[in-house]
Amino acid sequence: MGKGQIVAGCIAPHPPHLVYAENPPQNEPVAEGGWEQLRWGYERLRASLSEHDYDAIVLLSPHWQTYVGTHFLGLPNFEGLSVDPIFPNLFRYHYDMNVDVELAQAIHDEAAKAGLPVKMMENPDFRVDYGTITTGHLFNPDWDKPLVVISSNRSTSYYSVEVMQEIMIELGKVTRKAIEASGKKVVVLASNSLSHRHFTTESDVPEDMSKEHITSHAMHLWDMRMIDYMRSGQAQRILDEMPEFTEQAIAESDGGGLSWLLSTLDVPDYPAILHGYGTIIGTGNAVVEWPCYAHEVNEE
Amino acid sequence: MSQGEVVASFVVPVHPHTVLTPDQNPGWRRLRDAFDDAAQTIQDLDADLLIIYSTTWPSIIGHQIQADPNPEWVMVDHDFHDLGSIPYSFNIDADFAHAWNEANEQRGLQSRCVNYKGFPIDVGSVVALTLLNPDNKIPAVIVSSNMYANRSETTVLAKSCLDVIKAQGRRAVAITAMSLSNRMFTDFINPEDDKIHSLKDDEWNRKILEFLEQGRLEDVGQLSRTIHRQIRVQKVVAFKPMWWLSAMNGNRNDLTGHIMAYEAIHGAGGAVVHIDPTSTGVGDKEYDEDDVEYFHGERGVLEGVGEVDAVQKQELEATNEDDNTLGGGPALWDPTEAEGSVNTDAAPKPVGAYPHARKVGDMLFLSGVGPRQPGTNAIPGGPIHDENGEPLDYDIKAQTHAVVNNVRRIVEEAGATMDQVVDVTTFLVDMKRDFAGYNEVWAETLGKVGPTRTTLAIDALPTPIAVEMKVIVHLAE
Repeated sequence: MGKGQIVAGCIAPHPPHLVYAENPPQNEPVAEGGWEQLRWGYERLRASLSEHDYDAIVLLSPHWQTYVGTHFLGLPNFEGLSVDPIFPNLFRYHYDMNVDVELAQAIHDEAAKAGLPVKMMENPDFRVDYGTITTGHLFNPDWDKPLVVISSNRSTSYYSVEVMQEIMIELGKVTRKAIEASGKKVVVLASNSLSHRHFTTESDVPEDMSKEHITSHAMHLWDMRMIDYMRSGQAQRILDEMPEFTEQAIAESDGGGLSWLLSTLDVPDYPAILHGYGTIIGTGNAVVEWPCYAHEVNEE
Repeated sequence: MSQGEVVASFVVPVHPHTVLTPDQNPGWRRLRDAFDDAAQTIQDLDADLLIIYSTTWPSIIGHQIQADPNPEWVMVDHDFHDLGSIPYSFNIDADFAHAWNEANEQRGLQSRCVNYKGFPIDVGSVVALTLLNPDNKIPAVIVSSNMYANRSETTVLAKSCLDVIKAQGRRAVAITAMSLSNRMFTDFINPEDDKIHSLKDDEWNRKILEFLEQGRLEDVGQLSRTIHRQIRVQKVVAFKPMWWLSAMNGNRNDLTGHIMAYEAIHGAGGAVVHIDPTSTGVGDKEYDEDDVEYFHGERGVLEGVGEVDAVQKQELEATNEDDNTLGGGPALWDPTEAEGSVNTDAAPKPVGAYPHARKVGDMLFLSGVGPRQPGTNAIPGGPIHDENGEPLDYDIKAQTHAVVNNVRRIVEEAGATMDQVVDVTTFLVDMKRDFAGYNEVWAETLGKVGPTRTTLAIDALPTPIAVEMKVIVHLAE
């Protein structure tokens, strides 16, 4: 078995509005479009990776929130109906997804060895969170790759962004180690928005793009600052400024996904590709790819 | 119909251990026994409605109210999935949910009902309803906890709920699904090792329970922010339930409290507390935050800034009850008294010398009724223009709903019911724009009663409103 490889790493947003606007057959509500800049960003991301084969997608979603340790989906298949408790008018999605339990277990075991509290989720009645479903659908609409789904440990809420980041950097290191040991080619996804201050009202037509904008200038400045770091290969600066970014932009990086991703990618110093940026009910969202395939050598 | 009231309130814990594994820890068993005792108390009170405010159902777009008459699914907790699954099939009072939603809008709140198959009822609500209403005999309603709502908004949410309880004559039980201290152990523990996470959390929990046992619910509400800072993980949903529960009980400090159990659930403080509205006769309020009747906060993010400012300015100008003018509009008058006059504080003040209504024989004739709110003169759905005459966007459906409710208040003041309305003349200032919305609300309300109706387009009304109704009622049996 050759050494496993991370093909690419991505941050990709999960507001249900994006699936709603696509009108896939799995989703019950019907839209007239909307949020095209981000949906086309996902298209560009898919196109960018279409030439690169991979075996599995490893995804961390901030909407599977766990306060006691980090959890991994631990059964080979989950299917059911995912209704967003916050935007049920937009997202009622019938999902059927496969899990790479072997890889999930491997990451779980590495994390346990490193001293992190972890647990496999093996209850067949469990409903997969809408963040996982949204990103899973938009990244891979055919659902033909198995996923490893990692919960978002809420250590930011318990302690601080700094403590969260220590835990997530460790989780990223063991994720990378387990992927390399698995011999598999993998894409890692952090499913989260950047700035995360919502509007508290919704327009009569939710996809009315004349109503869509960032909630404040400060949020825009923070988003652009982070994206500039991504585009210029300064991942370490993102980690360094994570506490200020998370606090001042009320950023969804509080869920740890972005810190975990950058650690899993070994804090890349090469430029990321920005495929799209847009706002969703006032929050800032980007589709960004770190093309590891172009910068990392797979040692057979 | 009897006067509606909150006959009891309960604080209950949210985690699934009390349902799934009560016998794995003696403390969890004591909490479960307390749940069972609370269920019996509720039955003994002959309650006909359970109202759950759940901290484990956060919302962003205003307040969401469950309106599926029979939500069914299987709930699995995100953290404690290994304890098992909880199948549920609840009996939801959808009519109450819709009425509460309407009352929320009339008090200025962003609100909506949700009714979708497969909607994930949150763990706190599932635990509360499973244990407090095991045979589903009592209909329930569940409301979300808005992550951006402050005290005034949460207080108004309770007041609009009380509006409906009173209007429907219900015997309601108010329940907050919540932890006290909510810091859990961040590692997995053996059930027998469970305890409150820290001494500080335990001391704060006991102080809260001491207040509650003394019936000082409003004091706990006013300490809410401090409690949140001291013993709460900074999750999106703060220690808000006590704001809601206190307002549901009239913001009082002389209630009768009974601590039924207090135990740890994976480190968090779980308590079952019964709050009886019976006054102890002691415990006056020691300090007071502002009381609020209507929400005037920032909810217009999607609108143009100028419009929002104008609307809020108009509403705020009209908020002072002692202010005898209407945002630069006509002066407000006390309704006149004459033989057969029917007047009520529950209807907006007239803009001239006339009564709200007048009885002649077995007929009741109402003066023209608009959507202004009694007391504040705020216009649900917004005014049609600012004080400079510049047009504003407004919601004709919200205005029409408000008109119908004002009509109802006057009709009921006369001892009649809406079923006795026989003829209505409606005046619209913009027939082309508003007829469809007005007609839709009509069909949902007076259209079901069946009075004759005439709808006219007119140039203007004295206040910045879009709709007014002239109503005739037949008072005979």
